[in-house]
Amino acid sequence: MLKGWLKWKSKLKRYPVIPGTVVGIFIFLALFGELLAPHPPNEMSLTKKFIPPVWQGGGSIAYPLGTDMLGRDMLSRIMAGARISFFVAILSILLGGLVGTGLGIISGYYGGTWDVLLMRTADATLAFPIILLAMLLAIVLGPSLQNVVVSLGLVLWARYARIIRGEVLSVKERDFVALARVAGSSNVRIMFRHIFPNIRSTLLVLLTLQVGWVIIVEASLSFLGAGIPGPQPVWGSMISKGREYITTAWWIPFFPGLAVALVCLCFNMLGDWLREVLDPKLRQVGGGG
Amino acid sequence: MQRYIIVRIFQSVITLFILSVVIFVLVRVGGDPALLMLPESGTKEDYQTIKKQMGLDKPIHVQYGIFISDAVRGDFGRSVRTRRPVMDSIKEALPNSIKLVVTSMVIALVLSIPLGVMAAVKKDTYLDTFARGVAGLGQSLPTFWVGLMMIQFFVVYLKVLPASGMSSWKHYLMPAFCLGIFMMAGITRLLRSTMLEVLDSEFIRMARIKGVSERGVVWKHALRNSLLPVVSFGGVYIAIMVTGAILVESVFAWPGFGRLAYSAIVRQDFPLIQGVILTAGAVVMVANIITDILYAYLDPRIRIQS
Amino acid sequence: MMNPLLEVKELRTYFYTRWGTVKAVDGVSFHVNERETFGLVGESGCGKSITCLSILRLVSQPAGRIVGGEVLLQGEDLVKKSEREMRKIRGSKISMILQDPMTSLNPVFTVGAQVTEGIRIHQGLKGKSLWERARNMLEMLHVPSPEIRLRNWPHQLSGGMRQRIVGAIALSCEPRLLIADEPTTALDATIQLQYLRLLRELQEKTGLSMIFITHNFGVVARMCRRAAVMYAGKIVETAEVRELFNRPSHPYTEALMRSVPKAEEKVEKLMSIEGQVPPLHNLPPGCIFAPRCSYVKDKCRVDYPPTAEINKEHTVSCWNFC
Repeated sequence: MLKGWLKWKSKLKRYPVIPGTVVGIFIFLALFGELLAPHPPNEMSLTKKFIPPVWQGGGSIAYPLGTDMLGRDMLSRIMAGARISFFVAILSILLGGLVGTGLGIISGYYGGTWDVLLMRTADATLAFPIILLAMLLAIVLGPSLQNVVVSLGLVLWARYARIIRGEVLSVKERDFVALARVAGSSNVRIMFRHIFPNIRSTLLVLLTLQVGWVIIVEASLSFLGAGIPGPQPVWGSMISKGREYITTAWWIPFFPGLAVALVCLCFNMLGDWLREVLDPKLRQVGGGG
Repeated sequence: MQRYIIVRIFQSVITLFILSVVIFVLVRVGGDPALLMLPESGTKEDYQTIKKQMGLDKPIHVQYGIFISDAVRGDFGRSVRTRRPVMDSIKEALPNSIKLVVTSMVIALVLSIPLGVMAAVKKDTYLDTFARGVAGLGQSLPTFWVGLMMIQFFVVYLKVLPASGMSSWKHYLMPAFCLGIFMMAGITRLLRSTMLEVLDSEFIRMARIKGVSERGVVWKHALRNSLLPVVSFGGVYIAIMVTGAILVESVFAWPGFGRLAYSAIVRQDFPLIQGVILTAGAVVMVANIITDILYAYLDPRIRIQS
Repeated sequence: MMNPLLEVKELRTYFYTRWGTVKAVDGVSFHVNERETFGLVGESGCGKSITCLSILRLVSQPAGRIVGGEVLLQGEDLVKKSEREMRKIRGSKISMILQDPMTSLNPVFTVGAQVTEGIRIHQGLKGKSLWERARNMLEMLHVPSPEIRLRNWPHQLSGGMRQRIVGAIALSCEPRLLIADEPTTALDATIQLQYLRLLRELQEKTGLSMIFITHNFGVVARMCRRAAVMYAGKIVETAEVRELFNRPSHPYTEALMRSVPKAEEKVEKLMSIEGQVPPLHNLPPGCIFAPRCSYVKDKCRVDYPPTAEINKEHTVSCWNFC
């Protein structure tokens, strides 16, 4: 017992402080970014266009990361952009995660034809480049937050379903489940009280590792014009709109992309650490896709 | 084995059918396609003409029937914008993308396999940390952003590589590399963890007991086993590649399938959209079947069932 | 019969972990004569497998290391040999059979590929003569239809068959010493006996020596001429097997014997040894068995007893015999 505690403590000691802090900052900005931004993110100014970052000639401390082609402060826009990225991620993961977990539990627990059907559908979903479907949805129904969330949810559920189903299959065979059944517990009760707690850690790791990927996909969609529409700052759109200025004002597409990369990286590192702490067997989890 | 192949093909066909229905519905759900394709100055007669042209005046199930029977023969109609047969545009663009994707996969594998193996063999050394760092980074960077930065750096700043086009091997470098980053990172990690597991096996211990050199143990006995999960993930990576191709082709102006898909959707060119998505689905299905067959072939436990 | 083929002298293999130094093998000495089967007996975790892996220098580094002692194979110290030299010895002079046949064979290579590999490495045979030899090995292990088996994959064969293949691989280069690590534990009861008899037969044919690692006294009785009892990384008693059974001297040996009921005996209560094996990174001072010993004296808790000779071939490490 002591050995277990020692092991836990040593794992806890390897907590990745920097990624954890960055993630914390990200979430904080997502909630309060707009209020804390030094300038209103959408405030345009004809005179203050294309100001370079503070360390370059012509830069100014008032606009540490420079301004864009409409004179808007980059730093403020990036801070405010955290909100969209965060909420899209949360909502789509919630949607995909709930649906996927539910279906995965049902599929794994009941088995049979439903299981086969569900898994085939999941496989088909995973194998299809969803960005096409997402784009189509966006164009046909008009780009909006809901559509992006739904599209992402459509992709994510499959991953959750498959992994959760696998876990359920292994938990299902364990003795305490058989005991519960013998004691007369209903199926639903078994699923909630016995199976779910055992797959919790898998779920948590999966959730954390997904955030980074979702943020990148959302940014990609926004880059292609199929994401969240403006005028609110969206990192992906900032990159695509800034693309044509890359030779003259490199910072316009650079910093939003850096933000995406940084946040994604830190979520991944956090997820990896979580996986090590909670369940090292989960090597299949993670890696986008 | 044969039965397996047949079953897989059958499953794919069914999935394709489902996909066709989904596309069919989606395209019409956004509003009357004829209305959307009507120019500003269009009149009621123009509207009727378009409707008739596209067969939109017939009942819905007939429309679908025509759609499917044409699709099976490779006829997706004509692009609204270019008036060319959709299939022609696809036939032009698809090989370019395939060339890019294949190059990309080769680069990814050539880099990731040694990296993954060495990271496992030299676990917890600087090499291992480096490999894991690179892999972690590779899975976190947005492909299109990296592409843009690469262009900025190599084309504008260093002036060593061309910005767009397809004519020489130099043109392939950046797009292929960009496209392959994610896959490279994923395979490095996967291979590393698989190798670590395999290297702990009893049969590896047996190989050492036999007197096999460490190199033989790692690259022959262990790797052969570790590659199996990598292949099995192939299907997932193919979908990722197609997604990435759309982005990369957009950034590097690569005249490929991804760009075709993008412009089709943006311009609401419905015949082209239908053709593109179904083709994409078919290509992915085929690639997946090939991957599955490859996996079944490589693993004697599946290839030969006693 | 009295020429020692293998002499292990004060072998020490330690593992350096974050919880301390695990003394897996701590001063083990024994010898194995030519044409002799020597048993290494003890509970799980006592160090018998690590001892044999140390002989082959296959202890997982960098955590595990041989920190002292000698392993003399026909007079040459294996501990001092380079990795290259060891590779020539492994599989050709000394060979080993592992416990679980289901995991001992590489699933992606054919049986033939795995059998011929060692022969190719050590004896340099090629082509027809290589495969001839492989066939002969399978025949020697009484594997039916050897040509077909060579083309099979491991998953197509039963456990018993696989263990024969493993045996064929182990003996393919005519080793002088075969180490068998619980080779029958994972087999069905019905084929266990068969396999043991086979090993016996092969030993008589080829004149090789064997080290048998086991926790099963029945196997010891059947297969071994001499045996050593191990506990927590040390050998506590060594003797001819008959002596060991009739006159177990060390309190641990005695307790072990008592805990195994004999078939004809009417047993009221299954005897077990009180207490637990101490953690190997935190061993008690003095004699390691002292906390569980029924004959413990004060001296036992302070110093580790020296090895005493009861008679020729029978040694014990216990203060009660000094």
